[in-house]
Amino acid sequence: MILNMGPQHPSTHGVLRVLLEIDGETVVRIMPDIGFLHTGIEKTCEAKFYQQVVPLTDRIDYLCPMTNNLCYVLAVEKLLGLEIPPKAQWLRVLLNELTRINSHLVWLGTHAMDIGALTVFLYCFREREQVLNMFEMISGQRMMTSYFRVGGVALEPPLGFFDRVREFAGRFPEKVDEYENLLTGNPIFMMRTKGVAKLSAEDAIALGATGPTLRGSGVDIDLRRDMPYSGYENFKFKVPVAQEGDVFARYMCRVRELRESIEIVKQALDGMPEGRIKADAPGVVLPDREKMKTQMEALIYHFKIITEGFAVPAGEVYQAVESPRGEMGYYIVSDGTAKPYRVHMRAACFANLQTLEKMCVGGLIADVVAAIGSIDIVLGEIDR
Amino acid sequence: MALAPAITDLEQLKSHPAVARLLVWNASAVVGVKYDRDEMTITVDRANLREACALLRDDAECAFNFLSDVTCVDWYPAEPRFEVIYHLLSIPKKERVRLKVRLDSASPAVESLTSLWPGANYFEREVFDLFGIRFTGHPYMRRILMPEDWEGFPLRKDYPVEGYR
Repeated sequence: MILNMGPQHPSTHGVLRVLLEIDGETVVRIMPDIGFLHTGIEKTCEAKFYQQVVPLTDRIDYLCPMTNNLCYVLAVEKLLGLEIPPKAQWLRVLLNELTRINSHLVWLGTHAMDIGALTVFLYCFREREQVLNMFEMISGQRMMTSYFRVGGVALEPPLGFFDRVREFAGRFPEKVDEYENLLTGNPIFMMRTKGVAKLSAEDAIALGATGPTLRGSGVDIDLRRDMPYSGYENFKFKVPVAQEGDVFARYMCRVRELRESIEIVKQALDGMPEGRIKADAPGVVLPDREKMKTQMEALIYHFKIITEGFAVPAGEVYQAVESPRGEMGYYIVSDGTAKPYRVHMRAACFANLQTLEKMCVGGLIADVVAAIGSIDIVLGEIDR
Repeated sequence: MALAPAITDLEQLKSHPAVARLLVWNASAVVGVKYDRDEMTITVDRANLREACALLRDDAECAFNFLSDVTCVDWYPAEPRFEVIYHLLSIPKKERVRLKVRLDSASPAVESLTSLWPGANYFEREVFDLFGIRFTGHPYMRRILMPEDWEGFPLRKDYPVEGYR
């Protein structure tokens, strides 16, 4: 029998249609059908100035806007050869780890709900709300933050921001204990996840899986540690790896990542350098408001950047960052003008989704739901 | 940090393990090399692409065992018009290399990498969908993001941003 799951199925986390060929309760063949959210962002980018692309990058993955912002601005900065002041780098790391927490909390809540544990969802969204409030405090937006700029970040963090983050960071580890109390030792949760939807390390590599999906199969790679960017080499953290390759292993990786992320946040707060938040590059970085009102030159630069953009030397770069879902990569080609010639987004979930077949064939229909949840897909990113 | 000029001289880049390996195998397969902004790009002859990838994947010195990304750039109206771009990552060595194949608009087709990395499947379908590049030997060469009955290839440069109205 052929069964249609989705596109409007709550457990598909968006608009994913999965075609299932089933024999009784057993899955014989599985075929994801994607593209329902395709908006052509890559094409749109080609018609925008470099700085105008930043808000678009938020919208491909609505759960980790800052990671996408970071990846894009790092790629453009690499094209330009810009050096970013330490304070901006540390702020970016701090916000990226908060984003990771935000994203993992949504994943944990919805994944647990898929499997039948409703309470965890409410617990996770309680903390997520606090993270979103912090985002609102620093950028004025809860979800589509667009806070990073080519050459630095948009604004100085407001007064009291760091205190609020510190307070959250102090409180958060015991909240993770709460989630773990509800799930990790829970016999129902273990039965639904242990030994379910297995993925071997060889298959994970061959299928292009990254992030916790790959690390849950025992491959120890994390771009933050192995190919550091934005000053990650200054932070000490562990990379959680699990060997089993089942849903539970991926769950453990992400939950441990929550704890590591909050450690990075604490380190970023303690070591936050003083200084500027924008690079010293007048033709690229918008001048301060104050200077615009007092200096003719600053006003001219502002006018030129807004109306004509800034030219980027011809070339191509591929910049990858470790997003909560895996390797998020931007491949940008410049032809020397103020608009990118080509922007390609390597979406982590797009590749991760291919592992679904290996995970589900031969298993039960009910486990398909657990498998989809365990690769943490965001359809906005897959379809772009 | 000023930008260093790109190095495109094959002689200077011979020592890079991936370039060295490919040159030993088949010097005529390497059409061009570029080292720019700390990134290595090797342009490979279309006919030799799959074997070059297999070589880089299995060689112990290079060990580029992970295919990160496949994409394409349209250089319309220049010929050869398309560049298909492969980003390889070596998980043991933590290194990246970019392979390129140039295709003319008359026959935009290249051998599929799905036999080496099954994960190339979706990426190649995406490139087919948006650029109209055919991958020979691909198990399921159908549109992936656009509707099945869509006409035209949206990411080509002669396709208007607003679409045809």
